[in-house]
Amino acid sequence: MRALDRKLWRDLWHLRGMVGAISLVLLGGISTFVMSRVTYESLAATQQRYYADQRFAEVFTGLVRAPGSVAARLADIPGVDHVETRVVAVVNLEVEGYDDPVTGRVVSLPEHGEPLLNVPWLRIGRLPDPHADAEVTISEDFAEAQGLGPGDSLAAIIKGRRKQLTIVGLALSPEYMYAIPPGAIFPDYERYGILWMNRRALATAYDMEGAFNDASFSLQAGARAGDVIDGIDGVLARYGGFGAYAREDQFSHRFITEELRGLRTMATVFPVIFLGVAAFLLNVVITRLISLEREQIGTLKAFGYGTGAITGHYLKLVLAMVSVGLAAGTGLGLWFARGMAGIYQVFYSFPYLHLVLDPAVFVQALAVTLVAALAGTLLAVRHVAALPPAVAMRPEPPPVYRATLLERAGLARRVAEPTRMILRHVARRPARSALTVLGIAAAAGILMITNFQRDAIGWMLNVQYVLSSREDVTVMFTDPTPRRALYSLSALDGVQHAEGFRAVPARLVFGHRSYRTAVEGVEPDAVLQRVLDADLDPVAVPGEGVVLTDYLANEILGIAPGQTLVIEVLEGRRPVLEVPVAGITRQYLGVNAYMNREALNRLMREGPAISGARLSVDKARLVDLYRQLREMPRVAGTVVRENSIRQFNEMMEQTILFFSFITALLGGFIAFGVVYNSARIALSERGRELASLRVLGFTRAEVGYILLGEIGLLTLAAIPLGFAFGIGLSAYLAAAFASDLYRVALVVEPRTYALAAGVVIASFAVSCLFIWRKVSRLDLVEVLKTRE
Amino acid sequence: MDREAVFRARGLTKVYRMGEIEVVALRGVDLDLYAGEFVVLLGPSGSGKSTLLNILGGLDSATSGEVTYAGHDLARATERELTGFRRDHVGFVFQFYNLIPSLTARENVAAVTEIARAPMKPEEALEVVGMGERLDHFPAQLSGGEQQRVAIARAIAKNPAVLLCDEPTGALDSATGIVVLEALESANRRLGTLTVVITHNVVIAEMADRVIRMADGRIAGSEQNPTRRSPRELAW
Repeated sequence: MRALDRKLWRDLWHLRGMVGAISLVLLGGISTFVMSRVTYESLAATQQRYYADQRFAEVFTGLVRAPGSVAARLADIPGVDHVETRVVAVVNLEVEGYDDPVTGRVVSLPEHGEPLLNVPWLRIGRLPDPHADAEVTISEDFAEAQGLGPGDSLAAIIKGRRKQLTIVGLALSPEYMYAIPPGAIFPDYERYGILWMNRRALATAYDMEGAFNDASFSLQAGARAGDVIDGIDGVLARYGGFGAYAREDQFSHRFITEELRGLRTMATVFPVIFLGVAAFLLNVVITRLISLEREQIGTLKAFGYGTGAITGHYLKLVLAMVSVGLAAGTGLGLWFARGMAGIYQVFYSFPYLHLVLDPAVFVQALAVTLVAALAGTLLAVRHVAALPPAVAMRPEPPPVYRATLLERAGLARRVAEPTRMILRHVARRPARSALTVLGIAAAAGILMITNFQRDAIGWMLNVQYVLSSREDVTVMFTDPTPRRALYSLSALDGVQHAEGFRAVPARLVFGHRSYRTAVEGVEPDAVLQRVLDADLDPVAVPGEGVVLTDYLANEILGIAPGQTLVIEVLEGRRPVLEVPVAGITRQYLGVNAYMNREALNRLMREGPAISGARLSVDKARLVDLYRQLREMPRVAGTVVRENSIRQFNEMMEQTILFFSFITALLGGFIAFGVVYNSARIALSERGRELASLRVLGFTRAEVGYILLGEIGLLTLAAIPLGFAFGIGLSAYLAAAFASDLYRVALVVEPRTYALAAGVVIASFAVSCLFIWRKVSRLDLVEVLKTRE
Repeated sequence: MDREAVFRARGLTKVYRMGEIEVVALRGVDLDLYAGEFVVLLGPSGSGKSTLLNILGGLDSATSGEVTYAGHDLARATERELTGFRRDHVGFVFQFYNLIPSLTARENVAAVTEIARAPMKPEEALEVVGMGERLDHFPAQLSGGEQQRVAIARAIAKNPAVLLCDEPTGALDSATGIVVLEALESANRRLGTLTVVITHNVVIAEMADRVIRMADGRIAGSEQNPTRRSPRELAW
């Protein structure tokens, strides 16, 4: 082995502490990068493949009822490739031993052969026998949540008739990856299930023989969804079509896509910050490290080693230093990615995971690391190698210190010498001090954004469920129902207060922009469902006009109060209404349009009708209440608020928060890496100075104070900067996450600041312990002996 | 002596910037050094000895003036040419040894022999300085004199034409210093290496062919010793 290579290995061993700290930081950066990118890309690829394998439809529509013969006319619409007509029924289910209301969506399967579109992925058992009258295959999520399996049975109330069904299999479908019960905002696998049933058996039970009430379409290559949708709506207008919509608006797909978009944002933002900080740190550390090798570089040059050979030597050293972190980070990232993608796979109900290992991910990670490391090395080596060897081999001339601004201003008159040294040392190298502060601040910022998400979610839930939706139970009717139905609801045992609402599915249009949602008519004196203004104070919905969620008005439609909104109603006689925008409401979950219920009824030219009701109930009598609601044929579904909150928390816990936990952990690595390295290098640089002080009679504590006081000062300075950085990042993330499904409020709780500061200070404390041991072992005589 | 000078310097000046002050280290030095000579440069601290030596060795450049090595212009040489000059022709010994702490004695010498044209074996060079028994010791495991002898082995191992030594005994006690000087003398005698030794120790001058005195950045005098004394006869 060449002598220089031996030096390299010995130096590496000698620097193992610093190599460890750098590796830790790189480990954080690289593993986050690899984990998020691989997870995101794998899930996106899995989604594509799953859709293709199961022939997930591209256009969907619901309708009241059309004869089977209409299917041929739908197939003739230009651009349509395949049409699948179905019977779909939303029913109440009864699961033995389970009291909560359970809603089921029964979907027909063709009598012969596989469906053309939206093919269920069979997990266990089989699909219903073509001739069986009461067999169903049910969604696996629901089956698992309820502990059901093939051979078990459950009852469905179809058109008021109770039908006992036997489960023969469990399946998944791209159509219902996110199964959200009617009227709810979140999936609820325990209380909402998908059931696949023979078309004939379902049609008979649902009074749909020879007819269909649902159709899905695949498109020919190059066909525009918009044209096909117009064609479908034209054909189905007289059959009570609810308005066709493209895959982008399909509920499950939208949710998954938004989730993946969020994941992609995190997969971009987090790793960029992590890798950025890691690269920056690497650069600082290496630059300082090589400055310390000044004399050795001078010696090597004196003996005739050229600048190229010396640069090569240090490049090798640095490559060896970073390769540990790079390799470990990639490995850990892949391991995390497998785990993370696995969690998402289960969460999204993908039947399989198509793990994508894009070489570009690894190349990028490698490139960023190498560029940072090599740029730092080259700059540092060039600087030292440019010195004539005679100069390089001499100790650096005493650096030029000045009285700091603080001292010149006379503010530091009473300050002791060690403190003076700290201040002057910080001030002498302002750029370096600033970089150290920035590094620590970046770590603090990362720690903040991970916790910020928790804060924001808590705040969203508080606004949604404490300030706005304060009901205990929401009841959805099968059809618009006279308002007097409220009296029978109020009369139920356990109901304390009932409030009706009218929800009209509609397309909101302003200029060339549009959005599908429901216009919700609320009672003017509503106390359970409150509309909030920008300050989150409840406001009454005005007697005329429509109130829009801020995000819907500002971001989606670009409409302001006073302007006129076109509402294309998607039910009944499908009127097109022009309504002025009367106000804007703040809302974090979903987007809605609110109107006075009476005004909405008037516009719909109907009597006082409601689509459902919100109830506050006596919790002790819930079970009894559920039973009574189940008996009411018009009740299509019941949503319990507590379940919604729990569902939301579980959903967040499983996705974002797990991700956050990992990033917080890695953020901690970075904080420690920055602080430890700064302290360690300062010790190397100032070892002689500190030993001299010890010789002069300073105690260890005093010397330790001079060294650690400087890092401590920088750490303290970094904390407020880290807070600012964290808030900036949080604001960016909040903006990046905003969608019509939810918006993230920029809310940062005191505990988030406390945690970020705490981790940074703890990193400092641990670094102090390590450095303290080294300070205690400073060899006074040896250090002073060897140089002038 | 009617020999061709190995080093020839004319009007060398050197001005340093040390932090915020300017230090004039050399104020017009004229000097010729010949092959095989053992030269001692004497002078007090700050007289410019080290600066002169560093410029001769291509470790530093003059502010003005001329310096040539075997007819080659060192004053106008490029960085690459100076590196080649040091690699092929010069061996250095420094007051504080400047060994690479992470390499053993043998490896420190090997670091130089690996890049030299016709080097000795590292073991051989270490044998010359009496360090044949301590090949695998790290600098931290060696005494000051031993470290300096390793440094000398490192300097002579490449069979250089010139050996430049800056206070080689400055950090050593007299007994150890003599051992080190013996090593230098033996290299000079056996290999015919032009050897320049900087010292402020007048006694050492007695082992030289020629003694050059420096003061305040100038050459204050140069005298030929009638006879060279062996280091073993010296004492201080």
